[in-house]
Amino acid sequence: MIEANPASNYLGAAHGLRSWLLTRDHKRIGVLYLLGVTFFFFIGGAFAVLMRFELATPEADLVASDTYNRLFSMHGIVMTFLFLVPSIPASLGNFLLPLMLGARDLAFPKLNLLSWYVFMVGGLFTVAAAAFGGVDTGWTFYTPYSSTYANSNVMLAAVGVFITGFSSILTGVNFIVTIHKMRAPGLTWFRLPLFVWAHYATSLIMVLGTPVLAITLLLVAVERLLGVGIFDPSLGGDPILFQHLFWFYSHPAVYIMVLPGMGVISEIITCFARKPIFGYKFIAFSSMAIAVLGFLVWGHHMFVSGQSVYAGVAFSMLTMAVSVPSAIKVFNWLATMFRGSIVFDSPMIYALGFIGLFTIGGLTGVFLGTLGLDLHVHDTYFVVAHFHFIMVGATVMAYLAAIHFWWPKIFGRTFPENWAKFAALMVFAGFILAFFPQFVLGYLGMPRRYHIYPDEFQMLNVLSSAGASILGVGYLIPMVYLLGSLRIGKKAAANPWGAKGLEWKTTSPPPVENFETPPTVEGDVYEYKNPHVVRPPEVTLARG
Amino acid sequence: MQTDSGVHVSSYGFSFLIFAVLLVLTGVTVGVAYVDLGWINTPLALLIAGVKAGVVLAYFMHLKWSTNLTVLVAIIGLLWFIILVAFTVADYMSRVPVQGWLG
Amino acid sequence: MHAADAQLDHHFDDIHQQREAAGLGMWLFLAQEVMFFGGLFGAYTIYRLLDYAAFQEASHHLDVTIGAVNTAVLIGSSLTMALAVRAGQLGNNRGVSIFVLLTMLLGAVFLGVKGIEYSDKWHHGLIPGLHFTAETVAGRGVELFFVFYFVMTGMHALHMVIGVGLMLWVLRMAAQKRFTPERHAWVENLGLYWHFVDIVWIFLFPLLYLIGRH
Repeated sequence: MIEANPASNYLGAAHGLRSWLLTRDHKRIGVLYLLGVTFFFFIGGAFAVLMRFELATPEADLVASDTYNRLFSMHGIVMTFLFLVPSIPASLGNFLLPLMLGARDLAFPKLNLLSWYVFMVGGLFTVAAAAFGGVDTGWTFYTPYSSTYANSNVMLAAVGVFITGFSSILTGVNFIVTIHKMRAPGLTWFRLPLFVWAHYATSLIMVLGTPVLAITLLLVAVERLLGVGIFDPSLGGDPILFQHLFWFYSHPAVYIMVLPGMGVISEIITCFARKPIFGYKFIAFSSMAIAVLGFLVWGHHMFVSGQSVYAGVAFSMLTMAVSVPSAIKVFNWLATMFRGSIVFDSPMIYALGFIGLFTIGGLTGVFLGTLGLDLHVHDTYFVVAHFHFIMVGATVMAYLAAIHFWWPKIFGRTFPENWAKFAALMVFAGFILAFFPQFVLGYLGMPRRYHIYPDEFQMLNVLSSAGASILGVGYLIPMVYLLGSLRIGKKAAANPWGAKGLEWKTTSPPPVENFETPPTVEGDVYEYKNPHVVRPPEVTLARG
Repeated sequence: MQTDSGVHVSSYGFSFLIFAVLLVLTGVTVGVAYVDLGWINTPLALLIAGVKAGVVLAYFMHLKWSTNLTVLVAIIGLLWFIILVAFTVADYMSRVPVQGWLG
Repeated sequence: MHAADAQLDHHFDDIHQQREAAGLGMWLFLAQEVMFFGGLFGAYTIYRLLDYAAFQEASHHLDVTIGAVNTAVLIGSSLTMALAVRAGQLGNNRGVSIFVLLTMLLGAVFLGVKGIEYSDKWHHGLIPGLHFTAETVAGRGVELFFVFYFVMTGMHALHMVIGVGLMLWVLRMAAQKRFTPERHAWVENLGLYWHFVDIVWIFLFPLLYLIGRH
């Protein structure tokens, strides 16, 4: 067993604010990102709390209409760009990728630090936009409202998102180069942990998609400043062009948000089933397929926009195609668990929750991608429920799973398992209560972004708000015991979960240079001994 | 010529040759623009620009002597741009004209 | 080899890995730049298809001779940059300085000419939103063309200014004799960046200046 010497790990190596704010160490930068995304999560969550309070009654009795518009817009912007996109890649990806690759750091450590500062500055602009009253355009900034008519802080918010995007791009470049060029001896592509494959695919999307969002927001800013009709039909422009450019990034962006989570689940399922992952290559290639196909479906957000019907048909068919690789992953995870020896530790509870909720969210995505059906549910709460099942039910649960799984590695402390299990179950229950009623609401016709609704929808809305409260408490509990563990938690061993992967072969927390001696890889990554496969003696003898 | 580290170095003469090729192609671009070839003018201008870009990529940016991975990155960048434009144009080109829409 | 060791960052195993990583990183950055400009070119393409007559009329306000000469200047700066890279590859710091300075000069000429073109547009009342008083036959599409003219060439010019800034940094490094045959990634990557900026202009010139000139 490898003992951790406090002075020789990355946390104890240097002290003081400067040593953190000027660090080049990918592990410290991962922790800095963790702090950042947590901060923004609670800001975005605060907006959601106010929204759900308002929605508990059919009338507009808590906030004015204009305020409600700003609440849901800022909730979307903060949660999407400042939490979901960086959540797993920037915190856990930064921390774990070099460790999983057997490297001493990412390819460009200084660029990594820069990406964190860019992220925080972008976040600052966005929070400033909120402080000055927010925007009311929706996180989607549709024109010509955002470019011509809105009186809210569009420029400030757009600048914030623009800047944050570059953080994404820098992270993506860093990851791709590191994975290509800095793998340990013996670490071939098909021996890589699936977490790495997932982040590789995510990074491709970050690099190729984010710049298009950047230029699109720039054009909105130009339109706003000069009033020249880029997207204003009364001046010769086309608002649908904005939507094409916006969704070209923003659809692949949802895969940026979910692929890392899928990578986490692959790691956790195989560990807690004590069994090698089923269909390694299928899962690896499906990540790549999602990244590529994800760029070909953006028009499914625009079925009712005025886009040509023929384009709609094509985008609908491609949307069917993109669901296949995701389904392949779900089947492989299930097959991994089949005849495994399941351990129901807290990361596994979150992971199992992910599989169920992602399946529902994904299937409802297929409903929405069906052109004819979308005509009825577009812009209703059905859509809201769908993407929250994926973003919250899947991604946030994967994020929490990852936090719990790698917490001992990152901070060298264990947390109380009972509290963690309880919180996981509370999150799961709260989530379903919060968001399943929204499918029904949407199907019955309640539009999204409305805070006033017919009386007959109140029961479902109250259930949803109640669930949101439970969910919120469920999110707060880990804050308590995880932070508490830093003070009073038991010191963690190098490999408390008995997991495979290079990161578990070094101390908890790791030393500054990651490994005492640079590792060499000799076998496949998930060589868990399969507990139920025992060859009958006759078979062995027959083989001679 | 290759340095000890295996890096390809272009000679002065070769660099000037590429420069001359690019200048000539620029002249062709301008010249062809003043000849009426109907609908062919635009694709032809883009083709010549593409050849110039290819020359810059291959010889000034050393793609000709780079790893396959580097070439792949360049191709993917170009391909993704094409995807953006092609799918968007396909929408506009397949719209059924509606009475009263912009002129 | 001591000289090479001193140039190796601690997280890389050898100088080859370091150089390959730098190059791959730069090309990935250029791929995202393609997508950045690509959004602009894509939007331009749509509006040109929707209102070709207006784009044609607007394009005729641009001076082809000036544009062509400027194109030649920029291609010339690509040549001097290629020669700067060559010098860096050979560890010739003085050569790097000379050719980078020439590149900056030619870049400045290009930007100066662009500035003259811009002020000419102002005099003719062709500044969208701020001062668009020119008579048009084909309608508002003419103003829309000039939005793209200014945003695309402006974004291109901004990239050139950034490039010139980076050249100052490289000049400093060359003055400190920091480039060797083993370690010259800054010059190489600056070269890649500058050539990319050249390629953007190679497409901008015919698309903006040469619409329906026959």
